Amino acid sequence: MRSSERIVITGIGLTAPNGDDPAAFRRSLLAGRSGIEPWHIRYFGETIAGVCHFDPLKYQKRKEVRVGTRAGSVAVYCANEALRDAGVAWSGTDRSRVGVYLGITEHGNVETESEIHEIRQYDYDLRFWSHYHNPRTVANNPAGEVTLNLGITGPHYTLGGACAAGNLGVIQGFQQLVLGEVDLALAGGVSESIRTFGIFAGFQSQGALAAHPDPARASRPFDTARNGIVVAEGGCVFVLERLEAARRRGAPIYAEIAGFASNSDAADMVLPNAERQKECMELAIARAGLEPADIHLVSTHATGTPAGDIQECEAVRRLFGPECRRTYVNNTKSMIGHAMGAAGALELAGNLPSLQDRTVHPTINVDNLDPECELRNLVINHPQTVDGVDVILNNSFGMIGINSVLIVKRTES
Amino acid sequence: MTNDEIAKAVVEIITDIVPDEDCSNLDPAAPLRDQLDLDSMDFLDIVMELRKRYGVEVPENDYPKLATLDSCVDYLAPKLAGVAAE
Repeated sequence: MRSSERIVITGIGLTAPNGDDPAAFRRSLLAGRSGIEPWHIRYFGETIAGVCHFDPLKYQKRKEVRVGTRAGSVAVYCANEALRDAGVAWSGTDRSRVGVYLGITEHGNVETESEIHEIRQYDYDLRFWSHYHNPRTVANNPAGEVTLNLGITGPHYTLGGACAAGNLGVIQGFQQLVLGEVDLALAGGVSESIRTFGIFAGFQSQGALAAHPDPARASRPFDTARNGIVVAEGGCVFVLERLEAARRRGAPIYAEIAGFASNSDAADMVLPNAERQKECMELAIARAGLEPADIHLVSTHATGTPAGDIQECEAVRRLFGPECRRTYVNNTKSMIGHAMGAAGALELAGNLPSLQDRTVHPTINVDNLDPECELRNLVINHPQTVDGVDVILNNSFGMIGINSVLIVKRTES
Repeated sequence: MTNDEIAKAVVEIITDIVPDEDCSNLDPAAPLRDQLDLDSMDFLDIVMELRKRYGVEVPENDYPKLATLDSCVDYLAPKLAGVAAE
């Protein structure tokens, strides 16, 4: 890889249902602490969700919160935290050379539902439809709110990639840095999806919404009693820079982007496809110049649906054969739910510390492992210290058959 | 509504629209936009809130009449004559 193509992660900003910064998030994941709680949403009623508790006013004025969107607030919080974490001297930064690339599963449902709810109180009189509807619902909104908040004049846009989107934001950031379009990328994914009743009702109608008397036990990938998805909100934004620029300014370097891939199932609206998932992982590994045995941690996408988990486990099982003795497998959604557009980026962020602490966080709530989800070195219920983690492969898959895989590695000197 | 009630109602609306601003000591004769960080979308919010809270319709041609607190009161007084304060 040419030196200009060596892109590193130098900052992390995140909010998850069980932590509002990388250290708190990691502590929760190692402790097996769930962030799922009771949740009420209009029309749907009582349910459960992964809810974030960051303070939007840490970086936004009250008016910004009032006129903006929840996804925008999540993005602004994460972007500011990431820049702070990276130690970027913001006042001296050429903001025309900064890009914002955020993955989203969907955007605009929350705002549209709210407006319809509002005008319903006025007998659907459209004179009461907000003039903020369009700026709130344009697809670039979450990334655009970051540029407004931080005075960034470089490019910004979102990447609509269903639940594969978190990885896509990072991939886009990588590509734009390699192309020389920007010198610093704020890249990741965000989700406000717990605030749209349509997501819950849609999964319910599909028979894919998790239910359990104890919210903390509801998200249970790989367990025989799993019964669907727990919807979560959240966000994770990485600061990406070229390696030489990061070294020049003495930045902390969490990891280097080693490879990535994205492909399509071309098979079904909602059902995942193990073969295409395997191909996507294979392509990412090949691009990274690696073999499957070089991957030390596979961060699975598994959402806790009966069919989806089996498909991914089959893909992982086929690709990582007996020679992959040092390849461990885990999952994050059991603790935070499915953070939709943020999932891929958040799940990577939760696993990045393993490059240093050699510990793989577990997936929780596996009381009875589904035989069809059995995998060698699947880390369940308790964290596991391993020989070392040099390379992490992060899976993110989504509806309409979209797959994305991101590989990061410990930075070589 | 009395003129004082109208002025109070307008200030309440503006306070909700620009919650970071201090609206407690506005000069009633000076343009609101000179005293507060009010953009064109905020201005549309004032119009919307007058519609929602008091059923008052402000046609676009009349927007300049909402420039100052005093001119708001002058303009809204006949429209709110029979309306009780919130």
